[in-house]
Amino acid sequence: MEPVITFENVSKTYPLYHHITGGIKNLIFNLYKGIEAIRNSKYEALHDISFQVFKGETFGIIGKNGAGKSTILGLVAGVLKPTKGRVTVRGRISPLLELGAGFHPELTGRENILLKGVLIGLTRLEITGKMDEIIRFSELDDFIDQPVRIYSSGMLARLGFSIVASLNPELLLIDEILAVGDSEFQKKCLERMAEFKKGGVTMLLVSHSIEQVETNCDRVIWIENHRIKMLGSPLDILSKYPY
Amino acid sequence: MTSKIRHYIDIATVLLQKDLKVRYKSTLFGYLWSVGHPLAFALVFFIAFKVVMKIQIDNYALFLIAGLFPWQWLSNSMNASPTIFLANWTIIKKINFPRNMLPFTLVLQDMVHYILSIPVIVLFLYIYRKTPSLNWLYGVPLLLVMQFSMVYGLSLIISSINLFFRDLERLTTIGLTLLFYFTPVIYPETMIPDRFKPLLTLNPFAHLIVNWRNLLLDGTIQPILFGINFAYSLLILWGGYMIYRKLCWRFAEVL
Repeated sequence: MEPVITFENVSKTYPLYHHITGGIKNLIFNLYKGIEAIRNSKYEALHDISFQVFKGETFGIIGKNGAGKSTILGLVAGVLKPTKGRVTVRGRISPLLELGAGFHPELTGRENILLKGVLIGLTRLEITGKMDEIIRFSELDDFIDQPVRIYSSGMLARLGFSIVASLNPELLLIDEILAVGDSEFQKKCLERMAEFKKGGVTMLLVSHSIEQVETNCDRVIWIENHRIKMLGSPLDILSKYPY
Repeated sequence: MTSKIRHYIDIATVLLQKDLKVRYKSTLFGYLWSVGHPLAFALVFFIAFKVVMKIQIDNYALFLIAGLFPWQWLSNSMNASPTIFLANWTIIKKINFPRNMLPFTLVLQDMVHYILSIPVIVLFLYIYRKTPSLNWLYGVPLLLVMQFSMVYGLSLIISSINLFFRDLERLTTIGLTLLFYFTPVIYPETMIPDRFKPLLTLNPFAHLIVNWRNLLLDGTIQPILFGINFAYSLLILWGGYMIYRKLCWRFAEVL
């Protein structure tokens, strides 16, 4: 089996930047304290994480809020870099997507589809060719030409999923998305995800709800306190997972 | 490699279209605004220095316009730079794309507005019974490229550093105002007292504005001034890119 995502002893710490962003005045008035604080204040979001996700697998990540799940997604998406260790992601040929995120609030739904499409590496021609299909799937009708900032969270989810559903991803990142949207659309999404699964799309699903993970995933990783608590089948974890 | 360039071009096109669409939603008015702003400034300085203080410069209105229009491009881009990444945090945090495309299209957009305002300069030339020179054919593109590199480089510096040091936004506004008066925009470089003239060489904008004005008003191109301008442009572009490259992987962390 060919691994699509590989994490090797990955740690991620964030310096706490607010000491600097608090302004030069604060820094100058507390110069010594300020410098010490900058040097020492670090927040460890992930500690020594290793796992592999294989092609065609649906891989779940569960854990409480702030456990480090979204940091994992950020690392996979390439917007973050690990402090220690190595993250390898294969299959970048097709776009890598995260649902419902990365929209520009001032642009309309239609413009966002185009923007997001080119940002993840498609050509304008490819996107305009699929535009009608995406809009049809989203069922957003007239709202598609309204700025995204007036969308409800359910509508955002629709837009996000519709883009993904029509662009044939190779690797799909899903962050707490199926919780929003009405049940009818949710069903539609789950159907499309099942199709993806059949088609060999690798999916990474982040959630704090075990039910979602249980029904959809092949394997699950449980992150607790920035470390891996367990890695196994959804059933194994279900019996231990308290939340 | 070619697919990468195509990717960049597509991003720039979509971002530029978006910005222009917002700006020119009501086409006629949008255009008037981008020309109206420097014209209003020109009027103010004309009244203050020509009507009131009787400055001894021929065709002072034309003189002002030739300096204020390129300055407008520069100051618009720089004033928008500190917030360009902040305003796009939703996409920066979620999608891995070349972030420098944001300042790039910002500066590109202001360049387009500047190019669109050149006909107004021509109009003023005719009012003052002058004609555009043939030297414009290569002088204008050259200066456009040099100003673009310079402003893009500065924009990279300001936008990147501002994420880590938010006071830079205020400093940019103040700095630009100071620089405006230190740069020979509303007065000719020849009026600067001799003992301050060496300082002028340190100001990259001074060469730029003087070059524009010489070219637009008289069609003259001074090779030495162009050379210094070119060197400054390259240096600033290089410095800006280095700073951007050093900081860009942290953008998603601080936003």
